[in-house]
Amino acid sequence: MRFRPQGPLYPGHVPTSPLQKVLLAAGSALAALRDPYRHDMVAVLGETTGSLALQRLRDKMRHDAEGYQILRERPRIRLSTLDVAGLRGLPDGTFGREYMRFLEDNRVSPDTRMPAKFVDDEELAYVIQRYREVHDLMHTLLGMPTNMLGEVVVKWFEAVQTGLPMCALGAVFGPIRLKARKLQVLTTELIPWAVQSGLRANCILNIYYERRWEQTVESLREEIGILPPPSIRLEFSCNTWDIA
Amino acid sequence: MAASIGAASCRALFCRSWGKRLSAAGRLLGGARGLAAQGETHLGFQTVPEAEKEQRVYQVFESVAKKYDIMNDSMSFGIHRLWKDILLHQMNPYPGTQLLDVAGGTGDIAFRFINYIRSQREYQLRQKLKSHQNLSWQEISKSYQEEALKPLGGSQVVICDINKEMLKVGKQKAQHLGYTEGLSWVVGNAEELPFDDDKFDVYTIAFGIRNVTHIDQALQEAYRVLQPGGRFLCLEFSQVNNPLISRLYDLYSFQVIPVLGEIIAGDWKSYQYLVESIRQFPAQEEFKAMIEDAGFLKVEYRNLTAGIVAIHSGFKL
Repeated sequence: MRFRPQGPLYPGHVPTSPLQKVLLAAGSALAALRDPYRHDMVAVLGETTGSLALQRLRDKMRHDAEGYQILRERPRIRLSTLDVAGLRGLPDGTFGREYMRFLEDNRVSPDTRMPAKFVDDEELAYVIQRYREVHDLMHTLLGMPTNMLGEVVVKWFEAVQTGLPMCALGAVFGPIRLKARKLQVLTTELIPWAVQSGLRANCILNIYYERRWEQTVESLREEIGILPPPSIRLEFSCNTWDIA
Repeated sequence: MAASIGAASCRALFCRSWGKRLSAAGRLLGGARGLAAQGETHLGFQTVPEAEKEQRVYQVFESVAKKYDIMNDSMSFGIHRLWKDILLHQMNPYPGTQLLDVAGGTGDIAFRFINYIRSQREYQLRQKLKSHQNLSWQEISKSYQEEALKPLGGSQVVICDINKEMLKVGKQKAQHLGYTEGLSWVVGNAEELPFDDDKFDVYTIAFGIRNVTHIDQALQEAYRVLQPGGRFLCLEFSQVNNPLISRLYDLYSFQVIPVLGEIIAGDWKSYQYLVESIRQFPAQEEFKAMIEDAGFLKVEYRNLTAGIVAIHSGFKL
């Protein structure tokens, strides 16, 4: 590599100069705005702008017993490490069962999370990786699907929780593509709830989720401090959709 | 050793001759042409076993194939199109010329060749008609029929590339743009071409030869497949002599191009390899000597865009 002050700090690390980070941040922001389905660009934006927020998150984790354990043990959420059959077999309403349901309904997998590339600290690279892997769990706890509306709501929650600029940008610019009715529901009910929950809740990275599969979603929400989601019925052209 | 040079120099972010210093270190590491005995060669600024380089380069181009053209336009602000046009003008083919375009992947040179021949043919036809003012209707329609039967006057271009993905993109482009005749697509290695001796009138290799593991072998193959009187033309990135432009070029290459690769193609590493491989390629005079070693005569080069790119030309006489 041309610019290599210390060489790669972790597998997949691409050392970058400050100028490159600025260019990456600007370019990835534009690319993500043009095509919100470019998850790789959202990831790059998060890494290049999140340095301060990641340090704050890491400090929060260090000062919490469970968070500290997570930093030490470095658990990863991957299909290969999850007991998928076991989780599916759990009773309805448990965190593990609902998480599996979320993955199936939305046809997503935890394995598609991009590994960190442009974070210049090995521990912070783990923190952002953990944040990405916890994102799906947030969908489950907040009861939000992976369509545009659901993602925006989760972004609002995460923006308040993590302070990551990428979340804030996603939260503010995400709604641009939404239709008026959804926008109305968003602004009057969903965002206030997401923001309130985000402010109330403990740091979401300080929960060892892998040990909570049998806990019910309600009790986990209460423990963390997330308010129960508003019950809304949204009618689309071909199907209705209940939130929570 | 290069690592400590790197660390020391990196304090000042955009230090002078950064690219040259590091590429010199890269060469010291065993990347130079003469260290074949150790079985190692350069892959950008890395050192790899020779046997591995071909495979690694294959993977790079497999990965970039779909975005190759759009990246070329973005990185060079479209100027690569001018460079290729100039190459064709220097070639100045006429209807009947047989062209071999090696590492021709997505077809840029081949399509330009066909356009050039077509316009030459039209010009020929117009001249012919002009000179015969008293042609009968039958004679005029006969010459149009001849034109329709042989629109290229017997010219053909064979596009040869080692990478199937690049050829695939090229074929799709040809279909999309309406190039149906006079083209053949062949998978082949520049170091060992699947063609007989003395077959082609012109051999071109545009932005391909620096990716070849044994450049001298590629040059020898070029000599072999050309007819006596045939012409070798190489369009390739070269060394910039002007210190100011060189600094700006290095800055742009190393700071901006990998970023563009990441944003547009989602592939940082391939474009990092690209800018590094440019620094590892021999300078104009050295490459000219290599071409002469392969047996070519009247070897010349001309710099384009201050030496960022050079066209080398030689004849088999």
